[in-house]
Amino acid sequence: MNPATSAAVPRLHPKARLQRDDVRKRDVLLYPEGLVTLNPTGAEILGLCDGVRSLADIVATLEQRYGASGLERDVTSFLEGLAAKGLVLYGG
Amino acid sequence: MEAKPLWLLAELTYKCPLQCPYCSNPLDFAGARFRTELTTEEWCRVFREAKALGVLQLGLSGGEPLLRPDLETLVATARELGLYSSLITSAYRLTKDRLAALKRAGLDHVQISVQAADAELSDRIAGTVSHRDKLAAYRYTKELGFPLTVNVVLHRANLHQVEALIRLAELLGAERIELANTQFYGWAFHNRDALMPTKAQLDAAWQVVQRERARLGTRLEIVWVLPDYHEQFPKPCMGGWARAYMTVTPAGEVWPCHAAGRITTLRFETVREHPLEWIWRESEALQRFRGESWMPEPCRSCARRAIDFGGCRCQAFLVTGDAGATDPVCSLAPHRPVIDAAVAAVERATAARIAPPSLTYRAAPASRALAAKE
Repeated sequence: MNPATSAAVPRLHPKARLQRDDVRKRDVLLYPEGLVTLNPTGAEILGLCDGVRSLADIVATLEQRYGASGLERDVTSFLEGLAAKGLVLYGG
Repeated sequence: MEAKPLWLLAELTYKCPLQCPYCSNPLDFAGARFRTELTTEEWCRVFREAKALGVLQLGLSGGEPLLRPDLETLVATARELGLYSSLITSAYRLTKDRLAALKRAGLDHVQISVQAADAELSDRIAGTVSHRDKLAAYRYTKELGFPLTVNVVLHRANLHQVEALIRLAELLGAERIELANTQFYGWAFHNRDALMPTKAQLDAAWQVVQRERARLGTRLEIVWVLPDYHEQFPKPCMGGWARAYMTVTPAGEVWPCHAAGRITTLRFETVREHPLEWIWRESEALQRFRGESWMPEPCRSCARRAIDFGGCRCQAFLVTGDAGATDPVCSLAPHRPVIDAAVAAVERATAARIAPPSLTYRAAPASRALAAKE
């Protein structure tokens, strides 16, 4: 798999669903016969993967929200990890 | 740490139009113990209580769950609660309209069994003409945009078709194929000597799986459930007794897996008489083998006890008569010779070209006859 460019538009695979786990006080990504536990940042990134925003848009939104810079590498590697599991797809 | 369940397998009914001789349902499924099925309201309460305990994944199974006319209501309730629901079905006479209604209700994922790659063998193993319905239902599943798992139970009569089965799943556009070597419980234990493959068959199939995994990558996930009689160490059954998983039977008994009801030395409580939370946390049966304090030697001092949790209690009971024994498939277990003898008998009979014993198909009359004999 080639690394996604900043113009690529990430979205959740339709088989996956973001869900709040009230009992364990965390967010999870549910999919057939499995789940991924998310930290708050991960859940926020996936919340921005709406199939419209590009990777660059998502990074810009987060950087603005936190008054931070240089988040691109973290966001990309998080999404690449999920793409490798087939849970995130890229359009573009 | 307190055990919180993540998975609920809801066995909605033990009625089933198929008659697979390896069915994991209890041999006495047609008996009084399972006759009075939970109502719609009772199941919805079970789902709510399960969610409150921590369950996120729901399997809707049976028997054949499509036989419940309230399935759409149950799916809708699961969706409202945020449970990820999987329908585990034979797809017998499943129409596109019914599947579309389940989609609208919020069903997340469909798993459809197939007994073999071709209609003739598939229908023979199922004991019911059903292969055509399955192929149609696979198509509907993809047309409606569901993720699809193809479920196959493997045994000596279909292991040679592993490649054809993977190609079928690929052609259908499935996300997953589950190749489950027969685990010997329920009807499969009763039919064990007829279903058990040879080592050569298993090795050949495993070669195919490795090759196909390399070819397909993430396009199709190939799950290979190990044939544990042929392994050196036991499986980490259910990730440990009553740690993350529970089964609720059609009449509301709560088991730590779908086979545990066979352990006659335990008394399993029902959701009709107790809240699910009490059964999970307090009931004697679910506490009995939780954690490590129940373990005998060689498990108690074994470095692998945190990996396999002592293996499977149901297998220990079936093979040794003691649910607290070390899983007999473990090479360190005192009862391993019983497993070796069963495996060796199949190798010998195959080498001598002796035909396997005849199969008992899963059906209500056979169930009643077997229950009467016990």
